[in-house]
Amino acid sequence: MSVTDAPPAPPASTGPQTRKPSTRKRLVPYWLLLPGILWLLVFFALPMVYQASTSVQTGSLEKGFEVTWHFRTYWDALADYYPQFVRSLLYAGTATVLCLLLGYPLAYLIAFKAGRARNLVLVLVIAPFFTSFLIRTLAWKTILADGGTVVDVLNTLHVLDVTSWLGWTEGDRVLATPMAVVCGLTYNFLPFMILPLYTSLERIDGRLHEAAGDLYATPATTFRKVTFPLSMPGVVSGTLLTFIPASGDYVNAELLGSTDTKMVGSVIQTQFLRVLDYPTAAALSFILMAVVLFAVTVYIRRSGTEDLV
Amino acid sequence: MTQQQTAGGDVRLTGISKTYGSFTAVHPLDLTVPQGTFFALLGASGCGKTTTLRMIAGLEDATTGTVSLGGSDITDLPPYRRPVNTVFQSYALFPHLDVTENIAFGLRRRGVKSVKKQVGEMLDLVQLGDFARRRPHQLSGGQQQRVAVARALINHPQVLLLDEPLGALDLKLRRQMQLELKRIQTEVGITFIHVTHDQEEAMTMADTVAVMNGGRVEQLGAPADLYENPQTTFVANFLGTSNLIEAEVVSADTDVTVSAGGGTLRLPAGRCSAPTARGGRLLLGVRPEKLSLTRADEAGTIAAGRNRVTGRIVDSSFIGVSTQYVVESPAGKALQCYEQNVEHRTGLTPGAEVVLHWNPAHTFGLDAAQDIAAGVESVEDPA
Amino acid sequence: MPVLRLLRRNAVVIAGLLTLAYMILPNIVVMVFSFNKPNGRFNYAWQRFSLDAWKDPCGVADLCGSLSLSLRIAVWATLGATVLGTMIAFALVRYRFRARGAVNSLIFLPMAMPEVVMAASLLTLFLNMGAQLGFWTVLIAHIMFCLSFVVTAVKARVMSMDPRLEEAARDLYAGPVQTFLRVTLPIAAPGIAAGALLAFALSFDDFIITNFNAGSTVTFPMFVWGSAQRGTPVQINVIGTAMFAIAVAVVLVGQLVAHRRKNTGK
Repeated sequence: MSVTDAPPAPPASTGPQTRKPSTRKRLVPYWLLLPGILWLLVFFALPMVYQASTSVQTGSLEKGFEVTWHFRTYWDALADYYPQFVRSLLYAGTATVLCLLLGYPLAYLIAFKAGRARNLVLVLVIAPFFTSFLIRTLAWKTILADGGTVVDVLNTLHVLDVTSWLGWTEGDRVLATPMAVVCGLTYNFLPFMILPLYTSLERIDGRLHEAAGDLYATPATTFRKVTFPLSMPGVVSGTLLTFIPASGDYVNAELLGSTDTKMVGSVIQTQFLRVLDYPTAAALSFILMAVVLFAVTVYIRRSGTEDLV
Repeated sequence: MTQQQTAGGDVRLTGISKTYGSFTAVHPLDLTVPQGTFFALLGASGCGKTTTLRMIAGLEDATTGTVSLGGSDITDLPPYRRPVNTVFQSYALFPHLDVTENIAFGLRRRGVKSVKKQVGEMLDLVQLGDFARRRPHQLSGGQQQRVAVARALINHPQVLLLDEPLGALDLKLRRQMQLELKRIQTEVGITFIHVTHDQEEAMTMADTVAVMNGGRVEQLGAPADLYENPQTTFVANFLGTSNLIEAEVVSADTDVTVSAGGGTLRLPAGRCSAPTARGGRLLLGVRPEKLSLTRADEAGTIAAGRNRVTGRIVDSSFIGVSTQYVVESPAGKALQCYEQNVEHRTGLTPGAEVVLHWNPAHTFGLDAAQDIAAGVESVEDPA
Repeated sequence: MPVLRLLRRNAVVIAGLLTLAYMILPNIVVMVFSFNKPNGRFNYAWQRFSLDAWKDPCGVADLCGSLSLSLRIAVWATLGATVLGTMIAFALVRYRFRARGAVNSLIFLPMAMPEVVMAASLLTLFLNMGAQLGFWTVLIAHIMFCLSFVVTAVKARVMSMDPRLEEAARDLYAGPVQTFLRVTLPIAAPGIAAGALLAFALSFDDFIITNFNAGSTVTFPMFVWGSAQRGTPVQINVIGTAMFAIAVAVVLVGQLVAHRRKNTGK
């Protein structure tokens, strides 16, 4: 039996006995990444480039389009459609706040109060997903119909007087007003808020509540100082998952709203698919993307959870 | 161990090393583990013991050097072609398979059709017959550990590698499993290479222990040899406790005479691993349980020829079988002495003037150039 | 007042249940109106009970055709996105490679992009390439936007997997292929299944991107969209209700099986 330190190893570069991991092994991750990343590059990144180029083209459908670095398109698009832009951000923002206010209690209930019914409630949250969202959105037309139960109740309680005064509804109507659109947006994106909230609430150790109580915190203080801060990752990702798709959505605005509630998604769709004014559509879509990315970045910075995504 | 050295199934590491970028986990290392022995790699976390084990298993490619098993080079074989099996840290039992299928995994991969009989035998060997259809998460830590051992042993490997196999168990169970593993090893007679940070575990179980530190083997030998005659401060401190006294060589013959703290001490030259030139520095070591304690006013009763150090008790703690004293002296600020509680001793309270004395043959000498505190357990023990 | 105190003590539960009601109400309306016999072309106001639509769910031109097209697209998109996404997830968790940051961004961005932006830019690409819009362009688009979600779902699972399990398999004579099939895949399966389910739901229900890139091909969501303009047949509600019922049944059976497994320990 012997143990000796071998003579000092020669420098790695000259030592013939030094082994390097084989090339084949080192290439494995690249082979794994290749098809998927290529897919995203060709069908996600490359289209962005094409769209960028389209946005600075001029021409017509008959004569064809040409890159002329016509940046005025951006200015014109903004000048023509800024109401729709503002409306989109306003509606999406309002819907996001409503989702948070409505979704938090439900997520809290599933995480801490549901007990044995937890899985059942979770199923009830997810199950509506399986009916096409367009069908469910159409159902709101029935629910909010003129002279329907909902409108009658709101009328009796004089809620509609207030909302009409605020400009959210018009007279005895809810349908075809901003309120209907926001209501639809909120409804459609609620699960995207609830699931991340639930995930981060569920991770919180129940004993923390007891510890906070033991340290003289009232239930309200416990929520403010312990529960809510710990659920921040869920709040942030839920907010993003709600706001981003809501800002580009045009389904709710088209189905539940009127021409006065058009959002920027509708404009892009119309310009692209009906008017066939590709440069304007491309410019609008770029502005929307820039605004959303900017808002998201600022929001993530502010909430201090950069490692979240 | 030398008499056991047969070529048959020895594991032989030759100049093996592992570097990650600029970090060297294992320095080039030569090591031979004779067939049929229980061999322990002992060291603190990050000392390279697990990396060495993983290179034997084939889970880690060696940067330099070779691994051979029974004379044939297996360095470039993937793990699934090596006749070597591993019991992993925290076991790595397949959560989607039951106990039987976990144990049968290796046999099935090698195309063995009827596994029932062998699995049954293994379950008996590790005493888990009633748990054959359980899933891993339904077993206790000790039971999981047995499954992990059975899953490896059923393949009749030439070498069984154990990576901290008892680390996740509580103290009592650990003691029990140590005996169990030792029993199994004796029963099946194959080579066990056991990685651990627990010196007691290594000493109880292994025939040979290699103490590793900083990617090198510091010392290798039978547990008693390592304990009685450590050759570095790291081994002296990591294996049990040592009193290390800084001294200067006065004369050297069959005995080395040194001066320390104003007195003179002796040790056998054969137990001194450092050069003993006159006037040279030396670290003198002695284990706490070798020391005897006598009140200063009774110093006359101490037999002649023993090493003596005078000092004052600063602390004593009663721990049942023994009492541990800490003595402050010119030779060392905190010399430790363990006295068996055979008779009731009086006057040995903090503040008492005492003489520590011991048989010079129990003294060992170390190179003074080393860090005197190497291997001392700190409060936040990494393991 | 005891009632008030009860209300206050259970405020969270009450608020949560109200939200739940808000979420389920439209499904109930859809179900109820699948038994309606509307007077005009639109099925928005209750007239009288009828089983006509349930007896003849395909009675409307193109409805079942669009449904089967959507199913076909969803199946292929799920397959494609799951395979590609799982590969990426494994590369991200298990290997070290250059440009990791860029890869992560490329996967994150599609999820942080309003759908209409992706829809419009993808259409620009197809128009520039002169591609024929239809089944294939929709499939390409669906795989693209489902991919990121699959990566996220699978990654979470693979990250929580102990790499020692695969080492143990290799140590026990399983070669790379065997290790993957016998250990890696079974253990990663729940994550992959979750990713696939998500991809299927996203693809089947997608409207905006599909609407841009489908040309004259009509998927089920597009059929519903069109019917909102031309007249909504009751059969739409029948299909919506059936989908809901099937989904709930599948989930409940799954829960029951999982529950029973846990209890018997098999």
